Amino acid sequence: MNLFCVGLSHHTADVETRERFAGHAETDCILRGAGCTEALLLATCNRVEVYAASEKRVSTDEIARCLARNIENGRSEYAPPFYRYEDEKCVQHLFCVTSGLDSMVVGESEIFGQAKKAYESARKSGSAGPCLHRLFQRAFRVAKQVRTHTEITRGSVSVGSVAVDLAQRIFGQLSSCKVLVLGAGETSERTARALVSRGVADLRVSNRSTDRAQELAQRVGGRAVRFDEWLQQCREIDILITSTSSETVLLTPESLAPMLRNRVDRPLFVIDIAVPRDVDPSVNKMHGVYLYDIDSLQSVAEQSLALRREQISVAEEIIAEHVADFGKSVSGKLNYKTPSTEHRALGETPLHTSEL
Amino acid sequence: MDRQLLIVSTVCFLAAIGRTIVALRAGIFRPGRFNFLSIGLGFIFQTAFLSIRGHTLGRCPLTNLFEVFIFLAWSVALIYMLVGPAYRLSLMGAFTAPLVVLLQGFALIAPIDIRHPVKLLANAWLEFHASISLVAYGAFALACIAAAMYLVQERQLKTHQLHSIFSHLAPLTDLFAAITRLLWWGFALYTVGLASGFFVGQPLPYVQVVCAFGVWLLYAAILQGRHLRRLAPKHVAALCIVGFSAAVALLWGITFTAQMPSLP
Repeated sequence: MNLFCVGLSHHTADVETRERFAGHAETDCILRGAGCTEALLLATCNRVEVYAASEKRVSTDEIARCLARNIENGRSEYAPPFYRYEDEKCVQHLFCVTSGLDSMVVGESEIFGQAKKAYESARKSGSAGPCLHRLFQRAFRVAKQVRTHTEITRGSVSVGSVAVDLAQRIFGQLSSCKVLVLGAGETSERTARALVSRGVADLRVSNRSTDRAQELAQRVGGRAVRFDEWLQQCREIDILITSTSSETVLLTPESLAPMLRNRVDRPLFVIDIAVPRDVDPSVNKMHGVYLYDIDSLQSVAEQSLALRREQISVAEEIIAEHVADFGKSVSGKLNYKTPSTEHRALGETPLHTSEL
Repeated sequence: MDRQLLIVSTVCFLAAIGRTIVALRAGIFRPGRFNFLSIGLGFIFQTAFLSIRGHTLGRCPLTNLFEVFIFLAWSVALIYMLVGPAYRLSLMGAFTAPLVVLLQGFALIAPIDIRHPVKLLANAWLEFHASISLVAYGAFALACIAAAMYLVQERQLKTHQLHSIFSHLAPLTDLFAAITRLLWWGFALYTVGLASGFFVGQPLPYVQVVCAFGVWLLYAAILQGRHLRRLAPKHVAALCIVGFSAAVALLWGITFTAQMPSLP
């Protein structure tokens, strides 16, 4: 029995190409018709991959034709950037995929759920048999182990989640925090929503246009505050999110100092996502005030990504152990051999051990 | 036999440090059960040592500098066991264990375990005064550690440089709450210890009394500044470190200058 994976991902193909080969509901069955004993289609926004087992070799072209969205026009006029992994490399690749090592955002865990869903779907349709069952069950185990024993999922990697994460680092529980959103922009709304999802109950919105403030307040479950009152709110609030289109600075140390007089032991977290900035950078020098603008939030996100990347080697060690162990457990049942270059047929790119 | 218990205890605390270093180097530190258990085990061996030593001496084991150091290390571990888990300050163990190892390591290596030539008579007030004061020192030590953690966290948040250890530190507000509580506990115990010193039935050295009151006044000022909101949390944290340094200097001075019967 041959075990192999053929696919396209964000590493090798643009979104247009991925869309052309995204597969469809009957793909699993078609793949079985093409000679695959077992087949499973994993299609996400970043990858389209077929994991299959077959008695005889099924060419990459054959798989590509099955994946083409329009079956009549499925014949490729050019060599699409498909990769193909066989046996041990296929196992290794799947373990990397389910662990989030092959994802666009390293360590993201959404792929785990997507792989589980794809497996369930193939299992129900009867496309996945004992070979893929064994492979995917091990892949899920590996992914869990990687998540538990490394910090691959650590830290936030988007502006909104970084802001929420920092707020939790300062205040712990956010349920008692009071938040003021200044400006009714899209990013501030997303950040406010992220805070609400983490338990913030007291949310205030202020905007030059009272109507827009009320609209946003309704959408996020807060209350509108008149624009000429927003500075006074700094006496009470814990988190300020600013994203106005003002050309001038709205908050300076001089204007903020009187508001902080009676709240010396309560920190104030200021998230300035406006460009140009709404808050004078020297506000960050004030005691108990933590100012993050869009650049610093992005820099924190980058730091998290860098930390995640550092964990890749630790994760790869775990995966290597499982690949070897899986090889032993299936020896005799599969042609579990070191891959060669024999698969470089039409439309096949050289094998990638890791594209990270 | 009793020193062996202490060596085992030190090894337990060293294990906690080793685990922390290895994990931090790998960038995967999760304050977990191992640290808490190894510190807990170290604490049990410390307690066993003090208990055996106490039975041998027929009084609270605070008769020389060696015992003072061990009792102080025990107090630090005791307060950690009480405070650490309660405030989600598990990482405090990473800071506590090195302090305990430092105190115990010095006590074990330095030739300071000198038995008093004359068997000291039990003095309930003196023993109460010494032990309660040392437990207060333990609380101040933990407040000092929490303050160091607060300052690290604060600095990283201000400079936007969030290192690996950052993600495991407790939130600023929780750390500050812990500092405040530890300061109050330490201050209350220290006040009781100070007051009980007047009932030991022996004349107290004037310099020691003045210095002890100096430390008491320093902590009283920190707490008053905190209570009246005149001091920013960052300043409270910095003063906690200053206060503990002064307290340790006082303890050092007492144990070196005082006559053995009036220790500490």
